[in-house]
Amino acid sequence: MPTKNMIQALNSAMDVVLDRDDDVVIFGEDAGYFGGVFGATQGLQKKYGLDRVFDAPINEAAIVAMAIGMSAKGLRPVAEIQFADYIFPGFDQVVSELSRIRYRSAGQFTTPVTIRTPCGGGIRGGQTHSMSPEAFFTHIPGVKVVMPSNPYDAKGLLIASVESDDPVIFFEPKRIYNGPFNGVPDAPLTSWATHPKGEVPDEHYTVPLGKAEIVRAGSELTIVTYGTLVHVAQSAAEKAGIDAEIIDLRTIVPYDMETIAASVNKTGRVIVAHEAPRTSGFGAELIAQIQEECFYALEAPVARITGWDTPYPHAHEWAYFPGQERFIRTMKTVMEA
Amino acid sequence: MRRFEEKAGQLYGMGLIAGFCHLYIGQEAVVTGIQAALEEGDQVITGYRDHAHMLACGMSANGVMAELTGREGGYSRGKGGSMHMFSRDKQFFGGHGIVGAQVSLGTGLALADQYKGNKKVCATYFGDGAANQGQVYESFNMAKLWNLPVIYVIENNQYAMGTAVKRASSEVELYKRGISFGIPGEQVDGMDVLAVKAAADKAVKHAREGNGPYILEMKTYRYRGHSMSDPAKYRTRDEVNEVREHRDPIDLVKKLIMDAEYASEDDLKEIEKRVKAVVNESAEFAKNSPEPDPSELYTDVLIEA
Ligand SMILES: Cc1ncc(C[n+]2csc(CCOP(=O)(O)OP(=O)(O)O)c2C)c(N)n1
Ligand SMILES: [Mg+2]
Repeated sequence: MPTKNMIQALNSAMDVVLDRDDDVVIFGEDAGYFGGVFGATQGLQKKYGLDRVFDAPINEAAIVAMAIGMSAKGLRPVAEIQFADYIFPGFDQVVSELSRIRYRSAGQFTTPVTIRTPCGGGIRGGQTHSMSPEAFFTHIPGVKVVMPSNPYDAKGLLIASVESDDPVIFFEPKRIYNGPFNGVPDAPLTSWATHPKGEVPDEHYTVPLGKAEIVRAGSELTIVTYGTLVHVAQSAAEKAGIDAEIIDLRTIVPYDMETIAASVNKTGRVIVAHEAPRTSGFGAELIAQIQEECFYALEAPVARITGWDTPYPHAHEWAYFPGQERFIRTMKTVMEA
Repeated sequence: MRRFEEKAGQLYGMGLIAGFCHLYIGQEAVVTGIQAALEEGDQVITGYRDHAHMLACGMSANGVMAELTGREGGYSRGKGGSMHMFSRDKQFFGGHGIVGAQVSLGTGLALADQYKGNKKVCATYFGDGAANQGQVYESFNMAKLWNLPVIYVIENNQYAMGTAVKRASSEVELYKRGISFGIPGEQVDGMDVLAVKAAADKAVKHAREGNGPYILEMKTYRYRGHSMSDPAKYRTRDEVNEVREHRDPIDLVKKLIMDAEYASEDDLKEIEKRVKAVVNESAEFAKNSPEPDPSELYTDVLIEA
């Protein structure tokens, strides 16, 4: 099977949906002629023409709003917001329009918009190129929130998102575009070519929204996470020699509580982890739900591994980023509790 | 400025500067000409391509370079990096990574100046790409509505990242963008520092005398990629070389000086030597300044935590 990195997998997903459905259009800043700053839309304008893959000015508010208008008339726009840190001019449109058109029109109109946007740190991007703002979007009833952790899922989830009649905010952890990252700051780059999830078919397939994946089965401890930290958690579990069960949420909203609860009821110990700041991060929601459903199975307080409650720093990125070391430390604490 | 940027490029290549780093090489005449028209106490704000603006504001090369390397000695003590620096002392209000944000912020700074009646103006710099952001027009409207002392300097270097102006703008003559608001605009050869200075003098006088905002569209060009990680495949080598060879702003100044015999070749060499020394020193300073203490992560988030 062909191997692809995450960018190539996303590119392939868009290629597939453009080919199958004339209603799919792709646009965003630098997304057309240039093929995207990370190259995700490379070659697509050439192949499908200017009408279907085009550049937008630097106008996040209008990009989101126009996608909504387009989608209400039957198109399936895939809008790229160049970095998740820049989505906020369009945030109002997501909150006030995108998420509610269906509700507001009592189902007469749906808005199947997919917003793709690279997120996350670990690339020394500093304050304005490193954010993980997914929690803001999980607080908006009416949008789905997705974050893949590998090329195979990236393609399958993106196709599922585009084909979904609901709007989807699709976060792409840019740190792992080119290879998985174990959370050790100076670790040599590894490529997706040697990772099983780097094998990505050229054809159409989907990975269902709302279904988590157990990426490592284990009996002692459950780690619930998504995006880049899936790989950090895996490496930490191996290094610490703790038999952790690691759950990659893949879809953050709606999240797969069934899989989480089954695991927690088995292990009795849980860590939730994300890169975003701690206060009101998505981990808080997970923990609340876990204690509601699994309270009597818990043998230790649920722990959180997160970014800190500060802007993303330029210096000391590795003190901020939840790396392997912090995982191992927290895993030990939870095991000893 | 150019030597500073070249040095920053080198340090980036050596891995001493990490993350995003946007060089101003090719565009130097713009900020030089505008700043020459300002007086002490005037406010300056720009986007992320900000190193030259800080130097032109009189901020120290050491402090800027050390921020690039994320060190204690940097203007934001390593918190901001290349795109996010400030100096209260030199009236420099950043360094902003969010494209277009500085335009509204600058308009607010100008409102404060008007409120205080201090006769200061605010030079608000932004790119051709930023010129399309919606908040720019919200700001234009308010700036003229209240006749705020703000000079909007559009640094039209023909590209927003990989997208040429004509691919993203219905009206490519950006100085016309204020017409419907009643804001005067002027297109200027941004490679010619004297032309920039002359236009800036006019705009600053206009704003300082209470006549409201003014738009200056500077036609300029960036020689390097958008940031250090951009190989600039969206344009041809010939296009870049053409500008470098025939329109370089520094060559032009050199020629003006030599033709008018303001200085000799030797004088210029002497200046060049001094510049190099300042830049080299800044690189040494930026390498040797210690990393900020990790506890700095938590400072300056809230005043009272
Ligand atoms: C709100 C927002 N959207 C997108 C970006 C990504 N981005 C950074 S620079 C840039 C191009 C800006 O071009 P221009 O305004 O012409 O300035 P130049 O880089 O040419 O100086 C883009 C799209 C951003 N930083 N902020
Ligand atoms: Mg530009």
